[in-house]
Amino acid sequence: MQSSLLSPRDILGPVTTSALSLRGAGMSFGDRVLWSGLDLELQPGEFLAVLGPNGAGKSTLLKAVLGQQPLTAGTLLIGGREPGRGSDRVGYVPQQKSMDAATPLRARDLVGLGIDGNRWGLRRRTAAERQRIADALAAVGATGYADAPIGLLSGGEQQRVRIAQALATDPALLLCDEPLLSLDLRHQRAVADMIDRRRHDHDTAVVFVTHEINPVLDLVDRVLYIAGGGHRIGPPSEVLTSETLSELYRTPVDVLNVRGRVVVVGTPDEPGGCTHHDLTPPAAAQPAGGAA
Amino acid sequence: MDRLFDFDDYGALLGLVHNSLIAAALLGVVGGLVGVFVQVRDMQFAVHGISELSFAGAAAALLLGGSVALGSVLGSVLAAALIGALGVRARDRNSVIGVLMPFGLGLGVLFLSLYEGRAANKFGLLTGQIVAVDTVRLGWLVAVSVVVLAGMAVIWRPLMFTSVDPEVAAARGLPAGVLSIAFTLLLGLAVSLAVQVVGALLVLSLLVTPAAAAFRVTASPVLAPVLSTVFAVVSAVGGILLALGGSIPISPFVTTISFAIYLVCRVVSARRQRSGWGSREVPAPTPVPVGS
Repeated sequence: MQSSLLSPRDILGPVTTSALSLRGAGMSFGDRVLWSGLDLELQPGEFLAVLGPNGAGKSTLLKAVLGQQPLTAGTLLIGGREPGRGSDRVGYVPQQKSMDAATPLRARDLVGLGIDGNRWGLRRRTAAERQRIADALAAVGATGYADAPIGLLSGGEQQRVRIAQALATDPALLLCDEPLLSLDLRHQRAVADMIDRRRHDHDTAVVFVTHEINPVLDLVDRVLYIAGGGHRIGPPSEVLTSETLSELYRTPVDVLNVRGRVVVVGTPDEPGGCTHHDLTPPAAAQPAGGAA
Repeated sequence: MDRLFDFDDYGALLGLVHNSLIAAALLGVVGGLVGVFVQVRDMQFAVHGISELSFAGAAAALLLGGSVALGSVLGSVLAAALIGALGVRARDRNSVIGVLMPFGLGLGVLFLSLYEGRAANKFGLLTGQIVAVDTVRLGWLVAVSVVVLAGMAVIWRPLMFTSVDPEVAAARGLPAGVLSIAFTLLLGLAVSLAVQVVGALLVLSLLVTPAAAAFRVTASPVLAPVLSTVFAVVSAVGGILLALGGSIPISPFVTTISFAIYLVCRVVSARRQRSGWGSREVPAPTPVPVGS
């Protein structure tokens, strides 16, 4: 008998598609396994921080999501679809790096490239597109320097413009690769808040790769910690514990809570013992770049 | 000084160099536009390297009694292909160029010393010639220019994106390698045009100086190529018009005009930077003092 009266949606309720779905996902280069058996359903509006030592495969995970590096095992879906190269549904914010002072682009133009930089041939931007660029700049508070040459912007200003660029296509998933690196604390906070506001207002899911959990500790919903070929996923309070990390690193590791900050001590990859999440207090912040 | 300038019969002379003026104007347009990316992609050394191989190609054609235009195009494209294929990273690129350049120059000198025709033909390849452009060669120059301009129009925006913002461009699915090779080949063609008009030694004055000057005074992605083109056309055409009055080659005039424009632009930019170029409506936030 045909039951055409009820659709699956009526029976099951509204179908929510994960912004990002990884099932049994693995990545290895030859014998070296970066991560394997990774299962993750990232909901719209969720903030996921990806942590782990250098070379653990954090950036490779982003490359897989961007469609630049195929998984060696499992499946990866973005909004229910296979990752394509250069989708408008995915925004990307790289780490800050200095740009040549003589680059012939203004902040506004860099955001514009986020919209049509991947299109061939000459074209004139439509009024609607110009408005979108202006709106994106306004949303990150960059209107005041929209027409300044990007090469003359400070690191913090540049990262705001990069976020505007990444959000100009109204993506459902925002990937950030160390976006706070080499920013001073005030700009770290401003940039993190901007990303947080976006996911609350537009339900954009965020994957945030970082060395430093502390600037975003109060914003993240879940943490994906990758180390030694293994990984743990869960709320920060469950993953960032001495037990979990000792298990992951297979060596005793201490997680300390110091005045609301998380400090990880004794990871084997750092001879000094004190590492990544050890954010030095504001009064003694390291110079930019010193964290790497 | 009498030898330098003698403007009697100027009108009659002008008729004789009609083709050369068209060629120079075309070269200005092509050089000015291609020069924008020579600057953005930091490829000044490549321009010099390609021009030496283009010279070798032209010298071989002269020796064998073939078309000098075809010889210079073949030399250029061969050099561009080698540079594009062997030197993807800037470091590799520069060493490949450093190896190719003296080899090309040596070959060129060998071919020229074996050549027993008119001495002016030899000298012209190195320092430019004004009356050498006959209608057949003009046809060549126009055809090559059209190819370069059409190619640049197709790749302009993606090339700008991948040149100034490689990570995000890759995330948006742009093929950096393909764009790099495509541009290097177009650059090769543009260089071969320049070799035939201003000579191999002075190609830089039309492919590097005008864009470098334009970048000093504007960061607009529209105004920069426009100014660069105007500067290059003024240098090339102006050089010929001045050279008509004397018996010395065209290149000193072209290089002097283009250098003078560059100096003026530097002065303008220095003054503007003192009065705060890129100043914003909202004063730039001062970073939180750290390490104090």
